[in-house]
Amino acid sequence: MSAPAGSPHPAASARIPPKLGGAAASGAAAPAGPGPGPHQQNGPAQNQMQVPSEYGLPPQNYIVPSGHYSQGPGKMTSLPLQSQSGDYYSGLYTVPTQNVATPNTASQQAGAQQMYGRAPPAPHAVGSTPGSFQGASSSASHLHTSASQPYSSFVNHYNSPATYSASSSVASQGFPSTCGHYALSTVSNAAYPSISYPSLPAGDPYGQQMFTSQNAPAVRPIRDNSFSGQNTAVSHPSPLPPPPSRQYHQQQSLSGYSTFSWSAPGLPSTQDNLIRNHTSLATASNPTNTVADSLSCSVMQNVQPPKSSPVVSTVVSGASSTRMPPAANRPVEPVASVTQPSELLQQKGMQYGEYVNNQASSAPTPLSSTSDDEEEEEEDEEAGVDSSSTTSSASPMPNSYDALEGGSYPDVLSSSASSPAPDPAPDPAPAPAPAAPQPSKMPKPFGYGYPTLQPGYQNATAPLNSGGPPSSPVYSGFQQYAQYPGMNQLSSSLGGLNLQSSSQPESLRPVNLTQERNILPMTPVWAPVPNLNLDLKKLNCSPDSFRCTLTNIPQTQALLNKAKLPLGLLLHPFRDLTQLPVITSNTIVRCRSCRTYINPFVSFIDQRRWKCNLCYRVNDVPEEFMYNPLTRSYGEPHKRPEVQNSTVEFIASSDYMLRPPQPAVYLFVLDVSHNAVEAGYLTILCQSLLENLDKLPGDSRTRIGFVTFDSTIHFYNLQEGLSQPQMLIVSDIDDVFLPTPDSLLVNLYESKELIKDLLNALPNMFTNTRETHSALGPALQAAFKLMSPTGGRVSLFQTQLPSLGAGLLQSREDPNQRSSTKVVQHLGPATDFYKKLALDCSGQQTAVDLFLLSSQYSDLASLACMSKYSAGCIYYYPSFHYTHNPSQAEKLQKDLKRYLTRKIGFEAVMRIRCTKGLSMHTFHGNFFVRSTDLLSLANINPDAGFAVQLSIEESLTDTSLVCFQTALLYTSSKGERRIRVHTLCLPVVSSLADVYAGVDVQAAICLLANMAVDRSISSSLSDARDALVNAVVDSLSAYGSTVSNVQHSGLIAPSSLKLFPLYVLALLKQKAFRTGTSTRLDDRVYAMCQIKCQPLVHLMKMIHPNLYRIDRLTDEGAIHVNDRVVPQPPLQKLSAEKLTREGAFLMDCGSVFYIWIGKSCDNNFIEDVLGYPDFASIPQKMTHLPELDTLSSERARSFITWLRDSRPLSPVLHVVKDESPAKTEFFQHLIEDRTEAAFSYYEFLLHVQQQICK
Amino acid sequence: MEAVVFVFSLLDCCALIFLSVYFIITLSDLECDYINARSCCSKLNKWVIPELVGHTLVTVLMLISLHWFIFLLNLPVAAWNIYRYIMVPSGNMGVFDPTEIHNRGQLKSHMKEAMIKLGFHLLCFFMYLYSMILALIND
Repeated sequence: MSAPAGSPHPAASARIPPKLGGAAASGAAAPAGPGPGPHQQNGPAQNQMQVPSEYGLPPQNYIVPSGHYSQGPGKMTSLPLQSQSGDYYSGLYTVPTQNVATPNTASQQAGAQQMYGRAPPAPHAVGSTPGSFQGASSSASHLHTSASQPYSSFVNHYNSPATYSASSSVASQGFPSTCGHYALSTVSNAAYPSISYPSLPAGDPYGQQMFTSQNAPAVRPIRDNSFSGQNTAVSHPSPLPPPPSRQYHQQQSLSGYSTFSWSAPGLPSTQDNLIRNHTSLATASNPTNTVADSLSCSVMQNVQPPKSSPVVSTVVSGASSTRMPPAANRPVEPVASVTQPSELLQQKGMQYGEYVNNQASSAPTPLSSTSDDEEEEEEDEEAGVDSSSTTSSASPMPNSYDALEGGSYPDVLSSSASSPAPDPAPDPAPAPAPAAPQPSKMPKPFGYGYPTLQPGYQNATAPLNSGGPPSSPVYSGFQQYAQYPGMNQLSSSLGGLNLQSSSQPESLRPVNLTQERNILPMTPVWAPVPNLNLDLKKLNCSPDSFRCTLTNIPQTQALLNKAKLPLGLLLHPFRDLTQLPVITSNTIVRCRSCRTYINPFVSFIDQRRWKCNLCYRVNDVPEEFMYNPLTRSYGEPHKRPEVQNSTVEFIASSDYMLRPPQPAVYLFVLDVSHNAVEAGYLTILCQSLLENLDKLPGDSRTRIGFVTFDSTIHFYNLQEGLSQPQMLIVSDIDDVFLPTPDSLLVNLYESKELIKDLLNALPNMFTNTRETHSALGPALQAAFKLMSPTGGRVSLFQTQLPSLGAGLLQSREDPNQRSSTKVVQHLGPATDFYKKLALDCSGQQTAVDLFLLSSQYSDLASLACMSKYSAGCIYYYPSFHYTHNPSQAEKLQKDLKRYLTRKIGFEAVMRIRCTKGLSMHTFHGNFFVRSTDLLSLANINPDAGFAVQLSIEESLTDTSLVCFQTALLYTSSKGERRIRVHTLCLPVVSSLADVYAGVDVQAAICLLANMAVDRSISSSLSDARDALVNAVVDSLSAYGSTVSNVQHSGLIAPSSLKLFPLYVLALLKQKAFRTGTSTRLDDRVYAMCQIKCQPLVHLMKMIHPNLYRIDRLTDEGAIHVNDRVVPQPPLQKLSAEKLTREGAFLMDCGSVFYIWIGKSCDNNFIEDVLGYPDFASIPQKMTHLPELDTLSSERARSFITWLRDSRPLSPVLHVVKDESPAKTEFFQHLIEDRTEAAFSYYEFLLHVQQQICK
Repeated sequence: MEAVVFVFSLLDCCALIFLSVYFIITLSDLECDYINARSCCSKLNKWVIPELVGHTLVTVLMLISLHWFIFLLNLPVAAWNIYRYIMVPSGNMGVFDPTEIHNRGQLKSHMKEAMIKLGFHLLCFFMYLYSMILALIND
């Protein structure tokens, strides 16, 4: 309904609260405007936030006419280029010039295909002189070394610079683009045409080859190595093959997780080689070269193999022979040498930048660049700057960034499925033979190749080569290789297997639970690391944000069913991260069919195409993606940050918005009934808001508003220009309207004074209220109307059962049933009002966060729906009172501080994708599932966790890796549309033993807890409890009957599952699921809500608290955090047997800390830490540790502070004396002990054992 | 009289068939993400009661007109409809709840159910048609 314009609604009266003083009633009423109607119309449609299905703007920056180069020779002079490049480096970029140059070149090179065609000419240039060659190698070595530092694996790849160089020289050939350049510039155009044509066809096949021919090409590099110290034209032919090898390498690396073993072992030797080569080469090469090299190094780390196809190679060889003349270049040796590095670079990374520089430096030769090029360069430069700046925002230092990325291209992995089959076929003659020897598992021809090269290189004898590219040399190379790094490589190649075999024993070691007395480890339990090769491990998503219950995914649903373990994911997608690469680019590269974001686990088939790791579709690499903003190099798609980090954030373009990004809008809906005033939360809230008003996340558009309600609804007009806030009262709660829709949500900065006035006045405005009713429903409807034009966050503070208007609730709790062991009713909502409203809110991008501060039953089960489905969060402060319950008050204060200042994302959607064959069927958390894999999150906060259950729909036999990707699209508080992408990669296994070996017991427990909550709401609590027990019984009996062949009388579990029964018992004794112990319904429901929406780390503490003994803290094993020494006492099992009267213990329950003081606790401790002379004088209620200047106090406090800092919500500290009544609170967390209503741990084990034997 | 009963049943059955088809189409729309869960469920929930009434009516009619076989055939389906309606938890928005339809394979089971009903109604349709013709001839 609408209020009559210009006059207050009949029901609305302006009341001037005493404090607010004299704003005229008329003034208040005057603005009364149109009813809510228009707002709703304005509201975005529900679908709004869906990610647009199409992306793909053409990469604008890099579109360059392909014909470019051909023009080159005639037009251009190198000089201008030089000068430009000089400017680049010196002025704009701190980065070496070569890098700088890259963008330019990149743009120039845009047309890949053409580049290929040109390739053949390149050999000329390369082939020319040994000297040049050396130079090249040196550069390569440089690169290698630099690259190698971060990752050992990386080093392996590149082991010997020499090979590299050789290959690089070759590469020039292989790499059409560079080659083309070269040919044009340096040598003979005449040669070019003939050669080039053959090469072109090669280019096409090449893609395929790349893919298939891994083995053969790989070998070649080796051969190259062997042969050619100094490669003359003759040697060149051999070099040609190498490019394929490189490709091969890449592919392997991609494909290879099976293969990946290349890791550390080879390193030392290779490094040495590298260094040696490097130095020698460097000396040989011109100073210019060295400079260039050094410059290039940073850029070059990841080299993509040139794509010459075998066909090409043959052709090239011919060409090369013809090219022999290029030696003519030599006269210009210095130049040539210079150029070569560039070639190398190009080969590696296709770095055009260097190339350009080289050209520039080698002034004499006619270069292809033209004036056009220059212009383009400038443009590119800008682009480069942009990108660099953005990346820098993510991580200030490019170097550090690299460190972050760490893995160089070896990392780029593809699912093995794509790569595994070696195919000899595509390769011309030479290839096939080598192919056979290398099983797909033997990963890296890559790594091999290089080491072998070195020796060859050093010898500088070409004998092997003489044969040319033929296969025989390949063999030799291969063998050499085998001998050489031999053992290391073998072991590394078997790495995957080894890892498994080594890890299996531990995680599969049978444990007799009934005999193992101390099952709980002394240190915190860490997430198991998926059994992947090293490179993948490094790249994989942090377990803090993304965990799977089974780190080895079973191949089939049948296998999963046999294992009787839950399969699912636990997500913490919006976690506060200290380091997060932020990427800005015009095109966000995604799979065309499944829309997966490009990630470290895709495979690059060649430089122009990548294969999606979720749906296996082959996609094109957009031009823009060829340029790497971090290194400012071109042609290294595998080195882009997207492909180097499994957690990245994109700045999304307008394609990802259906409306302009919304501002941050905060609305506070406050209960001001008598009950609320009595509890006194308003003071704390207003105080906290006043303190944090400037820290609210947002930009200049941030808006804020307040609504209070008792039996009527009060709005506050805070329009700028008013002298005081005006209160507008709407008493027509059956048909709520907004009295002045425009001035209720006001700009935070424009109206800051008014807001502060209001916040100062609010706590005292209602002190004398007699109103006991609460019209929550209508207030929420009003809030919805207020928020629907923009969306945002509604913070609702409620202190009692809503008793008026829509959504009123009845008390459903029967106090006598609190400790019933039979039926616990009313776990579900009583009405669908809140759910409907939540869905409306969700549709308008509004989330409702509920703060329930009540001393009596408030039907949280119904109220929570409001937050559950609008993606809000829920806080519950039972028996809150600001004076009677100071610990709760303090907790509220601290929680509010975090709540108000933490990051927030608006109008978010989250999509979870997984490899074809897997499907998600149930989601847990606070959100609305809008379609099968799309979660609609009106708000996202860093403390929200999610869980997803998975099933295996199709057999995964044809793949060895599965990936999961979550993409969270949200609007940041600054009005930026961003996408945060996490990708997790896990191996697939076919044996039950492997499945058990990979169980992540904590994740499994958390997922089970989520499932149990669902079960207890939809069915009954006892069903849920039975299901939990059955989960243990089933999985252990399945293990016992299938995997373990040890015949014991005891209860056998694999080591990976040894904590499973303990955790399940803990769950059964958790507030949410316990029976027999008196539990208030709201407490229980709140515990369930927390299980649903807490991230794993926090949930685990809720389920299984940590117990430490703190009266004897020592610095042994202490860690240093921010200059503080934090002692790390061992974990104690949760049993009274561990409590001694002489000790003091700290229990960390997530949201509560208990310090239990034994009766005969050492007086020194009591005095030093608690500040009281003896046990008797410790007060009953103590919630703080005094800051005493003693060592033990310092230790205790730093330990507690450290624990506190690890979680978003500040826990309350209770000091519990041994004899105080509060000790029951403490003792009920000792879950290994027996209580009246529940098993002890040992009894539980016996019970499980009995069930198994049945 | 007999003919009238079957004519009515036939019409009712036609309506139920259309309804089943509508359910299937809407659910598959949801499956393909053409509509969102909210609108899908509100569309479908509207028709749950008409379907229930329509089917119960035929069932009762068959009981009254003493067609035991057809009555017994219809009984389980009618009972299921009623059971399903009654068992909706108080917090849900109807038989189809947008917040749960994507969970635990509910969408699939709804789809399956609609399919089965479609088959059942088709069967009934021909039975009614046959009985109607028979009745008309007998008249």
